[in-house]
Amino acid sequence: MTPPLLEARQVGKVFGSVIALKDVSMLVRASEVTCVLGDNGAGKSTLIKILSGVHGQDSGEYLLDGVPVRLSGPREALDRGIATVYQDLAMIPLMSVWRNFFLGSEPVTGPLRRFDVARAKRVAREELRNMGIDIRDVDQPVGTLSGGERQSVAIARAVYFGARVLILDEPTSALGVKQAGVVLRYIARARDRGLGVVFITHNPHHAFPVGDRFLVLNRGTSLGQFDKADITRDELTSLMAGGAELDQLAHELGRDGPVEAVPHDGPAEAVPDDGPVPGGGRVAEGDPVPDAGGGSVPEGGPVREGGR
Amino acid sequence: MSSLAADERMAGAGLIRRLLIRPELGSVVGAIAVFAFFSSQSAVFPSANGVANWLDPASTLGIMAVAIALLMIGGEFDLSAGVLTGTTGLVMVTLATKYGWNVWAAMLAGLVLALLIGFANGLLVVRTKLPSFIVTLGTFLMLQGLNLGVTKALTGTVQVSGLRRAEGFEGARALLAGSITVGGVDFRVAIFWWLGVTALATWVLMRSRAGNWIFAVGGNEQAARAVGVPAARTKIALFMTTAVAAWLVGSIMALRFTSVQANSGIGQEFIYIIAAVIGGCLLTGGYGSAIGASIGAVIFGMADKGIVFAGWDADWFKFFLGGMLLLATLANRVVRRYAEEVRR
Repeated sequence: MTPPLLEARQVGKVFGSVIALKDVSMLVRASEVTCVLGDNGAGKSTLIKILSGVHGQDSGEYLLDGVPVRLSGPREALDRGIATVYQDLAMIPLMSVWRNFFLGSEPVTGPLRRFDVARAKRVAREELRNMGIDIRDVDQPVGTLSGGERQSVAIARAVYFGARVLILDEPTSALGVKQAGVVLRYIARARDRGLGVVFITHNPHHAFPVGDRFLVLNRGTSLGQFDKADITRDELTSLMAGGAELDQLAHELGRDGPVEAVPHDGPAEAVPDDGPVPGGGRVAEGDPVPDAGGGSVPEGGPVREGGR
Repeated sequence: MSSLAADERMAGAGLIRRLLIRPELGSVVGAIAVFAFFSSQSAVFPSANGVANWLDPASTLGIMAVAIALLMIGGEFDLSAGVLTGTTGLVMVTLATKYGWNVWAAMLAGLVLALLIGFANGLLVVRTKLPSFIVTLGTFLMLQGLNLGVTKALTGTVQVSGLRRAEGFEGARALLAGSITVGGVDFRVAIFWWLGVTALATWVLMRSRAGNWIFAVGGNEQAARAVGVPAARTKIALFMTTAVAAWLVGSIMALRFTSVQANSGIGQEFIYIIAAVIGGCLLTGGYGSAIGASIGAVIFGMADKGIVFAGWDADWFKFFLGGMLLLATLANRVVRRYAEEVRR
């Protein structure tokens, strides 16, 4: 069998006295989606920064096509076909779609090395259409696109520029259900085009339908890498948060929880219907009830203390 | 805009939106209004001689405003640009008069110095990650002190003069500070330099890779870096471009007046920024236009001379300046919201 496109063996990373990542292994094959799951602070960001060349690992091995490498930076990763699409800094809102699409790799023409605008617009439009992305006008600023459309344009861009491995940093986390579905569809499409995809998420419901392999991280260590055949969605969910913690949470959120400790003007059992459950039910004695939206529960995921 | 078939949903509203989000729109409307106003006050103002007259202050301001606009689109400020026009002029005149240099060689020395100062500004900003507002405020004050201190030490006065007697003066003056007669009207040659600078800057912004990078580092530096844009190099180059523009303007002024005051150029830095903002540059970077900045400079040229044509007290100029700035910034904010609004 051909070696995997990308493989990490027991990689670790230390920042000062903080062990951000320890002995994590994962692999990515062509035409497959490897999902990296974990709650906030689990080490997902550190792992993708190593994979995308932003950080070098402090221990362990990083292999591309079976050969150990040490990347000098994001540019080298890009040159080796590893493209990373970050959640919040994927696009520049005030620039048009076509300018964003070719940013950093602009096509030039003529002796003056003129930016080939006509070609850039044409290719951007064609590539987006090939990915099934329906953009009204490539001249419009990216800021006018929805969050899902922006992620999709970034994915199309990576595919066009010859990425072999596509690393997606929480592409669905800020999106509504419908938009997230759109992005998942493009992930599948990139996979069908032969790319190896690393899909980072804290949402097992997004990961499970599209993933072929699941790496679960918790507090900087790996809880294991599982093939889809070996794990169910519920096992994945429960593994991600630690089953015991979920049970505890379910108990605390129940109606027979310690609500009598909460001083409140209105009905004690009132739960705001326009926001997440305040404070996950962990309300200290004498504290007022936090405002709705004060503590956010990750979409479909469990609550855990100690974020990043 | 593009010859390719647009999406059917882009009819009508799209065209209006596209016009509205042109960065130059505000300045064009403003320029038409100011022109109409002063034309109604004075018959000379719209005549060819009048136009040549108010294009003159617009030209030197415009060269600087265009360079500052590029820098602001790249997300940075340069407060030292005004005083640098004085510094380069002082260096040129001092070398040519006190040390007997040829004017061309003295100009070249001014250029080298300007490039070094621009490089230092840029390097300090990208290395320290301090706001360029602070870094260049520091350079501004230092240059201001140097201009005065060195001039006083060398001449005992606060100006250097006598450039006319220096070797090579006539040629340099014809190139940078002469006049060209078009249709019986004398136009300062600086006006053509300004048009050239505007055209070049527009080409770079809209039709070169560097232009794409300038918009990107000003719009979101981290995102630009992540896709391989050389952000530090782009910013340093922008500071150096501004410094070269300051050198060009400083040389034009020195050759025109044959002497330079030690406090020359101080206070101009804000006028450059105001012209760029009126021309549609966002203070936060990532958006703007070189043509807009030029039109902003034209508005100033018209107001500067128009007030004189209309026979008013020139003190009103500052009031006008403040009013234009407020209006322009308000208009820009509306535009930015419109361009950035997200449909989820």
